[in-house]
Amino acid sequence: MGWLRAHRQGLAHIVMALPVLVLAVRWAMMITGGDPRAVGLSAEPIDYTINYLGLWAIRFLILSLAITPLRTWTRWSWLAPLRRPLGLWAFACALLHLSVYFLLDQLGSFTLLWESVAKHPFILLGMAAFTLLLPLALTSTRASIRRLGGRRWQALHRLVYLSAIFAAIHFILRVKGFQPEPWIYAGIAGALLLVRALPTAWVRRA
Amino acid sequence: MLIRNLPESYLHERDATPESLYQDRRAVLAGMIGAGLMPHLAQAADGEGGGLPRLSSRLTRRLDEDQTSYDSVTHYNNFYEFGTDKEDPARRAGKLRTRPWTVRVDGLVSKPQTIDIDRLIRLAPLEERVYRMRCVEGWSMVIPWVGFPLNALLKMVEPLGKARFVAFETLKDPGQMPGQRSSVLQWPYVEGLRLDEAMHPLTLLAVGLYGRVLPNQNGAPIRLVVPWKYGFKSIKSIVRIRLVDRQPPTSWNISAPQEYGFYSNVNPTVDHPRWSQARERRIGDWLPRATLPYNGYGAEVSQLYRGMNLKRYF
Repeated sequence: MGWLRAHRQGLAHIVMALPVLVLAVRWAMMITGGDPRAVGLSAEPIDYTINYLGLWAIRFLILSLAITPLRTWTRWSWLAPLRRPLGLWAFACALLHLSVYFLLDQLGSFTLLWESVAKHPFILLGMAAFTLLLPLALTSTRASIRRLGGRRWQALHRLVYLSAIFAAIHFILRVKGFQPEPWIYAGIAGALLLVRALPTAWVRRA
Repeated sequence: MLIRNLPESYLHERDATPESLYQDRRAVLAGMIGAGLMPHLAQAADGEGGGLPRLSSRLTRRLDEDQTSYDSVTHYNNFYEFGTDKEDPARRAGKLRTRPWTVRVDGLVSKPQTIDIDRLIRLAPLEERVYRMRCVEGWSMVIPWVGFPLNALLKMVEPLGKARFVAFETLKDPGQMPGQRSSVLQWPYVEGLRLDEAMHPLTLLAVGLYGRVLPNQNGAPIRLVVPWKYGFKSIKSIVRIRLVDRQPPTSWNISAPQEYGFYSNVNPTVDHPRWSQARERRIGDWLPRATLPYNGYGAEVSQLYRGMNLKRYF
């Protein structure tokens, strides 16, 4: 138990790396000649990859938002150290998501990317959600907390709420027709934000 | 009077490849891929076509572009009657019973009738036509369809002078089509064409692909193929065709009128509100390519839209 506790964050990173690791293995199999569908990347591996990374980014983002309410409610203090790795993996997946989109969909052209951002709210929201995560990832270290001071650091990291809202709408705009999946994610994200608006005492009692 | 203006790509009997060579074309392509001559992502061999019966047809239209593999054509489908995931139709379309099957053709025609599918397939000589297929989502394929022109069927039922549009309807049976239990769209799926679009020689009723009977997930037993329009116009598993005097409602237009118009001609200059339509990724390619106006069929179809504001009638 002592060993587990000491390596909590490292273990969390290993577990959270799994989705990206699975994707990387599939890509390696494809690049070495495997059929994309046979290795689990569907007949259209680029689109599959972009969707996969976006979905994991929003999953990690929601899980990171769940930590604080869950901790308050259950009083499980061991949850707290999971928040930073969850946030970092949300950022990592979002960065990969954007990179694949930029390189293989927008042909690596900043002109095309800018045009897409300017013309399509769907893309603008995704870009905004990512951009808001950037300063949070850059200030995720203990040193940053010290440098900024707890209060200011916390204020900055509240940007994650806005990022989650943008990401949820971005996901809703992704699909055609009425599909429940993105609404379920948006509902969970919304509930996790609402719960923060409630007085702490009320949450504790519940 | 019927004036036959054959497109340049029309193949005469004398141009057709000898059948033995033609039947081996996939082996030839596989050899090219093996030799590294095809800059493509690797794709599964075409396999046995799922053991579906062969159809004899004559190649009447070829396309000098790599055909999308049989495996991709049959495992990357938008057919929401079976679910919204691209692989759902291949997984879940097995329950669809395509025999017995009839297509009701009525409305403003002098010979309304209900036609059994096996009779319908013999209505006109089957042709193999290799067409581009451009999905509104921004991906595309090249598919060798087997079928006959829709106008052969329409001429048989003799449209009345008042007929201006053709309305199509897919089977509605949630027992066979489990996706219809969800409300992603209104069921049954409906589509429509202007009568002149429907009569255009490019407009195909397809009953097969890759020389074999159409797999369920691709719209068996009979579907529409309108190669210059986004894929969703090419309605699948048709049970009813009605000639009407007014523009009929169409499923995606009902679902999101600002995104999907009645015409939905492939047009790189009119973006979908959520993404660009200027480019498309051919399945099997790494990078997108430019989308062609009317999906490359402009020389044959643009006169249908002369004088129309294509931004308004998207």
